[in-house]
Amino acid sequence: MAGGPTRIYVPCDAAALSVGADDVAASIRREADKRKVDVEIIRNGSRGMLWLEPLVEVETGDGRVAYGPVAEGDVASLFDAGFLNGGDHALAHGMTEQIAFFARQERVTFARCGVIDPLSLADFEAHGGLVGLRKALVMAPTEIVGVVTASGLRGRGGAGFPTGIKWNTALEQPGGEKYICCNADEGDSGTFADRMLMEGDPFSLLEGMAIAARTVGASTGYIYLRSEYPHAIKTMRRAVDTWRKVGLLGENIEGSDTSFDIHIRVGAGAYICGEESAMLESLEGKRGEVKVKPPIPAISGLFGKPTIVNNVLTLATTPFILAKGAAYYKNFGVGRSRGTQPFQLAGDIARGGLVEKAFGVTLRELVEDFGGGARSGKPIRAVQAGGPLGAYIPTRDFDVAMDYEALAKAGAMLGHGGVVVFNDTVDMARQARFAMEFCEIESCGKCTPCRIGSVRGKETIDKIIAGENLTENLEVLDDLCDLMTDASLCAMGGLTPMPVQSAVKHFPEDFGG
Amino acid sequence: MAALIDKLEHAPARLICGRHGNRPDALLEILHEAQAADGWLNDDALRTIADALNISRAETHGVVSFYHDYKREAPAKHAIKLCRAEACQAVGSEALAAHAEKKWDTPTGGKSADGEIGLEAVYCLGNCALGPSVMIDGELFGRMTPERLDALIEQRIEKTERE
Repeated sequence: MAGGPTRIYVPCDAAALSVGADDVAASIRREADKRKVDVEIIRNGSRGMLWLEPLVEVETGDGRVAYGPVAEGDVASLFDAGFLNGGDHALAHGMTEQIAFFARQERVTFARCGVIDPLSLADFEAHGGLVGLRKALVMAPTEIVGVVTASGLRGRGGAGFPTGIKWNTALEQPGGEKYICCNADEGDSGTFADRMLMEGDPFSLLEGMAIAARTVGASTGYIYLRSEYPHAIKTMRRAVDTWRKVGLLGENIEGSDTSFDIHIRVGAGAYICGEESAMLESLEGKRGEVKVKPPIPAISGLFGKPTIVNNVLTLATTPFILAKGAAYYKNFGVGRSRGTQPFQLAGDIARGGLVEKAFGVTLRELVEDFGGGARSGKPIRAVQAGGPLGAYIPTRDFDVAMDYEALAKAGAMLGHGGVVVFNDTVDMARQARFAMEFCEIESCGKCTPCRIGSVRGKETIDKIIAGENLTENLEVLDDLCDLMTDASLCAMGGLTPMPVQSAVKHFPEDFGG
Repeated sequence: MAALIDKLEHAPARLICGRHGNRPDALLEILHEAQAADGWLNDDALRTIADALNISRAETHGVVSFYHDYKREAPAKHAIKLCRAEACQAVGSEALAAHAEKKWDTPTGGKSADGEIGLEAVYCLGNCALGPSVMIDGELFGRMTPERLDALIEQRIEKTERE
């Protein structure tokens, strides 16, 4: 670029940092100083092409050019190759947005993630930030509910409950204190979309929460963020401080009659606190024990007041819906699964990362076309979709469409959109055992099927692995799974049987069958 | 006769509670901060917190024992958290954990005899495309191998020895 410094983007996303992004940024700075070239290093979020991290981008007249994965030792050769002008190099991938993995996505919720400086309000606004909130601030609450309902948006935390209906329930409750609680306790293995968004575009979450507050008449919001995400905690805290300073949080936001503030609460390593009633207990400073529903939180939630509990992605998507209209969002997707879903490709996968795509993309497209098969080069044997409580899906079923209904019909679930790939060395009996063991470790202990069932389940699978009374023990396991499914209080005990039974069903050869 | 009511006071815990307005709903935050100050939650700190928030010691104990993050004994100098969840299992986290247990002669959930190394299992660090993932003293690392893990841990031990 003529005149000013060349802008170089090096992500500060935790995944990029885990493979040395800080060292790369420091090395670029040193090398630029040594060569006396004027560069500005911007620490952006991740584009979601995690196998290319640290993905360094250089802004050129034609757009941003990508290089990755860049190691500290590659930096000098990148300068030699003229990467500041988009020069060719063994690590060059051309224009970032033309990389097939990225170009084939439909980015709505993640439109800004990786593009902007996460904590620059100017960047945020230049890329469409605050348009949705400003619209909402001059709309009547019922109108906002109407738009969100018409968009077809459903809860992205896993349950898929229609967001507009939830908001309307809280809106209809009599006035007084109400709360907006963002569930950022993203504990499912194989998922990292909430983390990526909070680190890459934190203001979008604040904007969504402010819209929700305007809608239902809440004055206080909480973000319940898991302690395993120190980078996201730091970024969200700074984002809240920034918004308070400019008056986007506080009394009479932008001169409206909406007053709203947000507090960040850090979890303490309990998976169950991703369950909404356990999360609310935890926010009250108690043990994260699940509560019996009804009453639902929208009627009686935090401190007994009407409370909206939504996932990060759900809340962060509402500003786009307000800005672009319900029809824009609804036009993505299939059947009753409207809009886009950020899928996360994880485990043994060559091109792991985040794929935001309209509902209806098949598992095969995600794993093979986007993901490029197993990173190890071994044949793929199974995928676990939807986190630790999701089903194991064999390769012969990979043509299933990734939407709420099609997955349910196939005996699986979407959950939070995680896709974990396993190669042919996986022992499915071990995986089934782990599902029970995880439930044992993370059960809140409130209901018997989950607390005791998980222990007995693990013991029974141990007997099966040892080849003891196979037929009888498989029957006991199946019975136990049915009981846990039917009688557990929440999804922890109720869905732990899903990975177990799907493993037994699709891979009987691993259970002595 | 010994006093029936403990008078043991933990001044930093009292201050932390005060900063949170002595609100019982801030208990998790208070426990995080108290633990950050001492590295673990000792009896004095817990008694002081219960007193400041006007909740029972039993309630405080209930919360502390429920959450995996809270420690009731002094931790090792270096906390090595190995992700043991499915996405990392798919790329060899179990073999990595077995290697670490053997190399440092430390079981998962325990600490080495010299108190240098503590091995912990965590269930997901959110780095599932770049596993196996490990957090060492709060720093996240991806695509971990046994050799690299040994080197990273040794570096940290040498660093504390120099200091």
